[in-house]
Amino acid sequence: MTYKLETKNVELWYDDFHAVKGISLGIKENQVTAFIGPSGCGKSTLLRCFNRMNDRIAGCRISGEFLLEGKDIYDPKVDVVHLRSHIGMVFQKPNPFPKSIFENIAYAPRIHGVVKNSADMDVLVEKSLKRAGLWNEVKDKLHQPGTALSGGQQQRLCIARAIAMQPDIILMDEPCSALDPIATAKIEELIDELKQTFTIVMVTHNMQQAARVSDQTAFFYLGELIEMADTHTIFTAPGKQQTEDYITGRFG
Amino acid sequence: MPQHTIKRFDEELNELKDRILSMGALVERAIRRSMKALNKFDTDRARKVIDRDRAINALEVEIDEMTRSILALRQPAAGDLRFIITTIKIVTDLERCGDLAEGIAKAVVQNQERPLTNLDSMNSLADTVCAQVSISLDAFARGDVNAALTCVEGDRKVGKLFKAMQRENLSYMIEDPRQISVGLAAFNIGRNLERIGSHAANISEMVIYMVKGHDIRHVDHETAAALISGDMPDHD
Amino acid sequence: MKTTFVIDPKRLKRRYRAEKRFHAYGIIAVALATAFIAFFFYDVLSKGIPAFKTVEVQVVADYSQAVADGNYRLAVPKDMRHMASRGWMRTIPMQLVDHPELIGTQETLWVPAEFRVNQYIKGNEGHGLKGKYQTIADELYKQDIIRIAFNWGFFTRGDSKLPEIAGVGASLVGSLVVMFITMILAVPIGVVTAVYLEEFAADNWVTRTIEININNLAAIPSILFGLLGLAIFINFFGVPRSSALAGGMTLALMTLPIIIISTRAALRSVPNSIREGAFGVGASGLQVVWHHVLPLALPGILTGSIIGLAQALGETAPLLIVGMMAFIPEAPTSIFQASTVLPAQIYTWSSDSIRAFGELTAAGVIVLLSIMLLLNGLAIWLRHRTSQVW
Repeated sequence: MTYKLETKNVELWYDDFHAVKGISLGIKENQVTAFIGPSGCGKSTLLRCFNRMNDRIAGCRISGEFLLEGKDIYDPKVDVVHLRSHIGMVFQKPNPFPKSIFENIAYAPRIHGVVKNSADMDVLVEKSLKRAGLWNEVKDKLHQPGTALSGGQQQRLCIARAIAMQPDIILMDEPCSALDPIATAKIEELIDELKQTFTIVMVTHNMQQAARVSDQTAFFYLGELIEMADTHTIFTAPGKQQTEDYITGRFG
Repeated sequence: MPQHTIKRFDEELNELKDRILSMGALVERAIRRSMKALNKFDTDRARKVIDRDRAINALEVEIDEMTRSILALRQPAAGDLRFIITTIKIVTDLERCGDLAEGIAKAVVQNQERPLTNLDSMNSLADTVCAQVSISLDAFARGDVNAALTCVEGDRKVGKLFKAMQRENLSYMIEDPRQISVGLAAFNIGRNLERIGSHAANISEMVIYMVKGHDIRHVDHETAAALISGDMPDHD
Repeated sequence: MKTTFVIDPKRLKRRYRAEKRFHAYGIIAVALATAFIAFFFYDVLSKGIPAFKTVEVQVVADYSQAVADGNYRLAVPKDMRHMASRGWMRTIPMQLVDHPELIGTQETLWVPAEFRVNQYIKGNEGHGLKGKYQTIADELYKQDIIRIAFNWGFFTRGDSKLPEIAGVGASLVGSLVVMFITMILAVPIGVVTAVYLEEFAADNWVTRTIEININNLAAIPSILFGLLGLAIFINFFGVPRSSALAGGMTLALMTLPIIIISTRAALRSVPNSIREGAFGVGASGLQVVWHHVLPLALPGILTGSIIGLAQALGETAPLLIVGMMAFIPEAPTSIFQASTVLPAQIYTWSSDSIRAFGELTAAGVIVLLSIMLLLNGLAIWLRHRTSQVW
């Protein structure tokens, strides 16, 4: 089984705190993998390792392998900036750039030199917005600030921004936790469409969301991977008692 | 197993279990009383059984309503979900058992002019079936997979006893054609008993699903045992 | 529910009274502050505004050879000699050297009046004009040979021993040049330092020590910067003493901590989510700062810089040490020439015994205040223009 993204025995320390303990898992291509678990279990930390965002945190030490299509992303020869242009990230609180909607999406392709002329850029921006299900709502106001949109629209703008560079993987860190139910449903529907083209890894606090949206679910607790299986199995007949307790609300 | 963080949910699940076990107790009593009525040619007793079937039906409605509520409001998952699904199915089996016991009682009433005799094989069938029902409810109450598996396997014995009873009945009917109508009544009663046994096996199969998460219905014995003991690899 | 709305009336009264007291304290404080400011403004304005008026005398100047040779007093008819400014008269020989064709001609022109006449005509006390000259002055005033005009010279002329021809011109130019040098040095260095410390440098004991030291530098008495400037720039690097360059470099040193601190605060106020978003799409550290953080921090940086510069504008002590206290009658033409700044000029005038310098001092203060207000207004406007919504 070749995985799109694989971890082998990954350990992570924040100074003396052992946040991630010996995690080995595989993310399959064109599927949505959900990371669930109680607060502080290391799921967000692990997610941020995939695009080396943890490099920015002083005192963060990592061991083990992270293989993106077989190549170790923590190899010293790897250019972090280049890596991040191939991995999209969507954050918990929508954070569009304080620039125009057009510029939000055009920024990354421009700085990476992907698009040669402005006509191509227009096409790319339109395609990304359409893919994110936002085109019809903003096509008349592309030059208004991205921050003037509603919360759900802002998050879809962030998703459009992430997919503009045609990334290998999209990482989502609780993408819906700041949104109302309707906006959440729109984004879940979007994720369902996107997984045909992209591979998605999503951290979520909301178990029902993981159940609705994901194909594979991984349950973490206190820095360890307790169980990982297809979502149907996890939610009807999980193998580990801890998983069962968490999912049925018997934790704590 | 630790409690749910939301205590009300635990209370609701326990209430549900109690109701089912109550329904099971009523069903067991109905079977035993209808057999007693048969043996003693007691039509009063039989009429009581027919009457009390209403209580069993009422419980079915009540339990169904409770499971609907839990499904809608609690979004049960994993073990809780399997418990609810099992409950929904068991209730149907139990209600059918109640109806079948009532059927036996009705036969007693109908045949009061010509009471049945030669009830030995019928009684041994009835005893076995009662035991099966009891074991299956017990297995449900305690989540006992081994007991449930025994019950499922025990259905074969029920089948054998029923066939023996049929053969005996047939020979009586052949011997004395005047016994045919009685024989037919006996045959119906026997078939009701055999069906009750079948429902008891169904209940046990659902108990295994509830505890282990493996659906062993319509699967042969060896595969079932392997699934339960975990020798088969989990599907991906 | 019966106990919800029952209140102890005594507690209620006490609370209301405490609130009213607090209100009163606030109003008193504001009123006091306003009164002080009002008094200050009234004082300064009433003393300074007369300096913007000058008294001029119409004379017939006789550019004879004798005047060209140096006897400037002969340029003016005898009866007017006490009316016209001697300072102006002293410039005539130099003028005739530059324009020899004027020798032998006569010219009718308005010239500044002598400072006592100036004070007397304006109606200031202590003018020091002798009685007989007073009558002459009154008479000439009635005949429109003496008039009151706007004192443009105040802005164009440099310092002088004679108050009637003294002006802030030289010190204004000096101040502007010094400010310009300060800005050129302090803002780029300060902003880049702050950006490096805030965005790129690792967080260890070295950088923390640096931060503590920068904060302390901002609180050091400014005169010490003057000593530093004297020792390093003037003595070691040989920058000319009293020059605008020396003053500018010294003030740049003094303003640097303030700019660094306010820039760091502006950078810190940019939410981290913006940086994360930019890093997330694969921007490098420099791109994140240049494209995303700096534009958002710009209002704060501009405000901090302008406030720092406005502070530098009013600094006198360090510039005294560096020597910008000299008597500078002409505006400097290069940054290496000796010059003075407006606050220093005001100080000089304020310690002069001639009464007439009193109003010049106040006028200087008005000019300084106006520039400060202008700069602060500029800061507010720039902040408004550059702030983005996020």
